[in-house]
Amino acid sequence: MTTIRYAKNDFELELNQSVLECLTDHGVPVPFSCQSGACQTCIMRATAGIPPETSQQGLKDSLKLQNYFLACVCYPTTDLEVALPNDNVQTAFPASVLSLKLLNADIMQVVLECHAPIDYRAGQFINLFQHQTLGRSYSLASVPHEDDHLHLHVRRLPQGQVSGWIHEELRPGQTVEIRGPGGDCFYIPGNSDQGLILIGTGSGLAPLYGIIRDALSQGHSGPIHLFHGSRDLNGLYLTGELRDLVEQYSNFNYVPCISGDDVPHGFASGRADDVAFQQIPNLKNWRLFLCGHPDMVKTAKMKAFMAGASMKDIYADAFNVSQSS
Amino acid sequence: MSQQESLYEQLGGEAAVNAAVDIFYRKVLSDDRINEFFKDVDMEKQAAKQKAFLTMAFGGPHNYTGLDMRLGHAHLVERGLNDSHVDAVIEDLGATLRELGVRDSLIAQVAAIAESTRDDVLGR
Repeated sequence: MTTIRYAKNDFELELNQSVLECLTDHGVPVPFSCQSGACQTCIMRATAGIPPETSQQGLKDSLKLQNYFLACVCYPTTDLEVALPNDNVQTAFPASVLSLKLLNADIMQVVLECHAPIDYRAGQFINLFQHQTLGRSYSLASVPHEDDHLHLHVRRLPQGQVSGWIHEELRPGQTVEIRGPGGDCFYIPGNSDQGLILIGTGSGLAPLYGIIRDALSQGHSGPIHLFHGSRDLNGLYLTGELRDLVEQYSNFNYVPCISGDDVPHGFASGRADDVAFQQIPNLKNWRLFLCGHPDMVKTAKMKAFMAGASMKDIYADAFNVSQSS
Repeated sequence: MSQQESLYEQLGGEAAVNAAVDIFYRKVLSDDRINEFFKDVDMEKQAAKQKAFLTMAFGGPHNYTGLDMRLGHAHLVERGLNDSHVDAVIEDLGATLRELGVRDSLIAQVAAIAESTRDDVLGR
């Protein structure tokens, strides 16, 4: 007998019954529509156990790797513990602040040492809590196996409660609570000669810096183009480290972009997404990573798709600012 | 012939849907007659819905009912969805299939399935 566990309740799966039928029969409000594995409305995640491959058809690779599946076509033969995408199933764990360093006037690099090992992929995010009910999502700029600790780039927001606290009050040696990791914007090995385009604004560089180093360390051989944008020169950061990477890897190209008026030699003039799509107009077969300002991410996603990129090759992380910042 | 291939099989099944979905979605997004309805939707979720729609229109496996079609489009009918928009979608669908080299007799069958949902989609 196969058991489906949802929110600490165990349900026995009947013969030829899908996970969707089992859960909805027991009153779990799983949204669904086509019931044939196409529309992805009933997407869920296995938090324990492995969903059958047939229940993952058509899902983006980054979702498959995190054990997401479509409940309507999921007929498991082994037990599964499942959650809806918005269920908060992340466990909290403590981490110590190792160091704090300003990367530019507004962005603080926070290095955290987790008290227990954390399994994550470069480009994912964690939630950092100031106190139990006040937390914010920050992308990881570190790479597992390359970096010993977690690296965050925290941009100070004008009225930001948590970012203000991080910039002004947090000190090395303090212990904070984090939850995660989460997010599906990361590098997936395979197809290593595919071209990658990464576009980021502001601290949207954090996940991209992780993804680039992850791809390079995993032997990605196709061209990798990074377009990092800001209004002025002061908004860019890690320029030295990125130029070092260019020296080190012939397939890596770094284009710092400035959308304001004063554009020094060696920098591209314009918004990062505009510069990228001008330089590489045909995006058929390219893989894209878009991180940072929500408007940029939304526009760039549309433009990339219309310019020929396949939807499954577009990975995005919009940095939405919390309403109660 | 006694064992005739279904429309879905003749079109190439799921692989055909996968080949068509990006092309079709791009056509819809660049079609000024209807793209207003797709402005503020999550592109990823929308692409999955397009795939479900294509699977159905290709005669593939689906469990959509007329009621689902009504409920799914009611908010768009409120925003003014009418026959001209359904016409545009069916046109874009035909153009997608022509681009993929599908023969006219099959395109006509796909259009007929899409056509059969018109009244439900428009809530009539």
